[in-house]
Amino acid sequence: MSDRFSGKAWVYGDNVDTDVIIPARYLSTSDPVELAPHCMEDMDADFMKRMAPGDVLVAGNNFGCGSSREHAPLAIKGAGVSCVIAASFARIFFRNALNIGLPILECPEASRGIKAGSRVEVDLAQGRIRNLDTGEEFSAKPFPPFLRDLVARGGLVPTVRARLEERRRNPS
Amino acid sequence: MGRTLAEALIAAHTTDPVEPGSICRVRVDFAFANDITGAPAISEFARMGAERVFDPYRCAIVPDHFTPNKDIASARQVQAARNFAREQGMLFWEVGRAGVEHAFLPEKGLILPGEVILGADSHTCTGGALGAFATGVGSTDLAAAWALGETWFRVPPTIRVVVEGEASPWVTGKDLVLTLIGMIGVEGARYAALQFEGPAIDALPMDDRFTVANMAVEAGAKAGLFVPDGKTLGYANKRAARPFEPVFPDPDAIYGQTIRMDASGLQPVVALPHLPSNVKPASECGALELDQVFIGSCTNGRLRDLELAAAVLKGRTVHEKVRLVVIPATAEVFAEALKRGYIETFLEAGAAISTATCGPCLGGHYGILAPGERCLSTSNRNFVGRMGHAASELILSSPLVAAASAVTGRVTDPREIMTGSELPAGGESE
Repeated sequence: MSDRFSGKAWVYGDNVDTDVIIPARYLSTSDPVELAPHCMEDMDADFMKRMAPGDVLVAGNNFGCGSSREHAPLAIKGAGVSCVIAASFARIFFRNALNIGLPILECPEASRGIKAGSRVEVDLAQGRIRNLDTGEEFSAKPFPPFLRDLVARGGLVPTVRARLEERRRNPS
Repeated sequence: MGRTLAEALIAAHTTDPVEPGSICRVRVDFAFANDITGAPAISEFARMGAERVFDPYRCAIVPDHFTPNKDIASARQVQAARNFAREQGMLFWEVGRAGVEHAFLPEKGLILPGEVILGADSHTCTGGALGAFATGVGSTDLAAAWALGETWFRVPPTIRVVVEGEASPWVTGKDLVLTLIGMIGVEGARYAALQFEGPAIDALPMDDRFTVANMAVEAGAKAGLFVPDGKTLGYANKRAARPFEPVFPDPDAIYGQTIRMDASGLQPVVALPHLPSNVKPASECGALELDQVFIGSCTNGRLRDLELAAAVLKGRTVHEKVRLVVIPATAEVFAEALKRGYIETFLEAGAAISTATCGPCLGGHYGILAPGERCLSTSNRNFVGRMGHAASELILSSPLVAAASAVTGRVTDPREIMTGSELPAGGESE
């Protein structure tokens, strides 16, 4: 995925939980293609009918609270959402998103300053968020270097793969 | 500088410097998934190029969510988990001998004081009741732990919760933790570790401590920790599947925040839809009529919970308009409840009883709600659609409030229908 993209903002409030992102009744699969049609279904039945790939989710505090189901970021990624911007993320969702390569940005100012339907441009590498309708710019909270490396390597799978290869070369 | 329990537990498992906010590579003592989170963990494990789990006796899959298999798709997920577990030689139990993971694994002595536990389920924090740093992760993190025997943690700040005073016998661990979440909110402890202390915490039986630790994640916490004491060690020593070394906080530890509560002021409470923080006294919610009551889950499906529910239901019957679903959280709990006559009490009262499963708690099976229906549940979260249709409602409570409400058909403080002499003695039930 490229580091820069733009799309329409879908704005939700605080405490968007993983049960509404992807209800448990669909958890008999972890295939993003099968999960995606039900993304946000119990909160906004129109979301999947009206969103376009590349659109951006914008939410308040504690996005992704509740269950540890990785199916939640998988469903959002599978739906074609380019990025989730929130005032804050619940910790398991935060890890899951970085691990599977769903771009997320923590930015309370953008969360407050972007209205539903606004056009939003994101520069992921710089952590810059621009509201194209108003011209306002926001800076996301940078990740610590350890997490920047994890993201740069493409998530946790390539990171572990490299660690395992290193162990095979240098068994302790 | 002194260490909090969270810092001391992480320090015992890493060679990296342990300071608040620092990121450490941490050795993992035990790593488990369930039938839902296992499937993606298995595929990510393969994508990582991993061949063997780091230690088959420290890796497990507990088939508890959609089991006994609710449909063909669920059966396939369990089949994949079983096949992977057999191929790796790791721990796996069939239905009938297993249970809801966070009740079952401590019972089997697989979560122990002083350990670091990773589970692909948010309620893994339940293990904090034993003084283990136990926390929930997603499937990819879990697969990494299976492959490497380690994970990474950012060292969390610790919020110390000191509970003074003595609680009334009508107040359970559930009332205590719901009251706390009502005070601090569903992200009041986001990313932090909660550390529970004080005379009212010391007085809690183990089963109530599991309930309190279980709900830590509902305040956003990474862990909900109890300092090991005689009860912890008594529980762990007779069950331990491997040697363990308890870890304690330093007396001069620095806490990010201290919250003080007075147990003598607590009363039976409920959390109304649609957040666990929407807490009200049960006595003020009597107008809310119910279609279903669920007693069970990793939060309140243990023996003490069934003992309290049975004390309410003894000689009483479930309201004619209400379905009462009781699910003992493990096979061992079921067997002991049967021996003690609780199961007979539930049957005579008119309850439906199932073998151990997460089932209705997450809207899986065994008691799904139709639009417009309202359920009072002893489980842990009441988000929109959690137990069924998005237009159903879920209220959370203790087993005492749940059983009393099943009798009256509306939210009921148990003191309304019974006297204290009907309550079992407090303390240990196992």
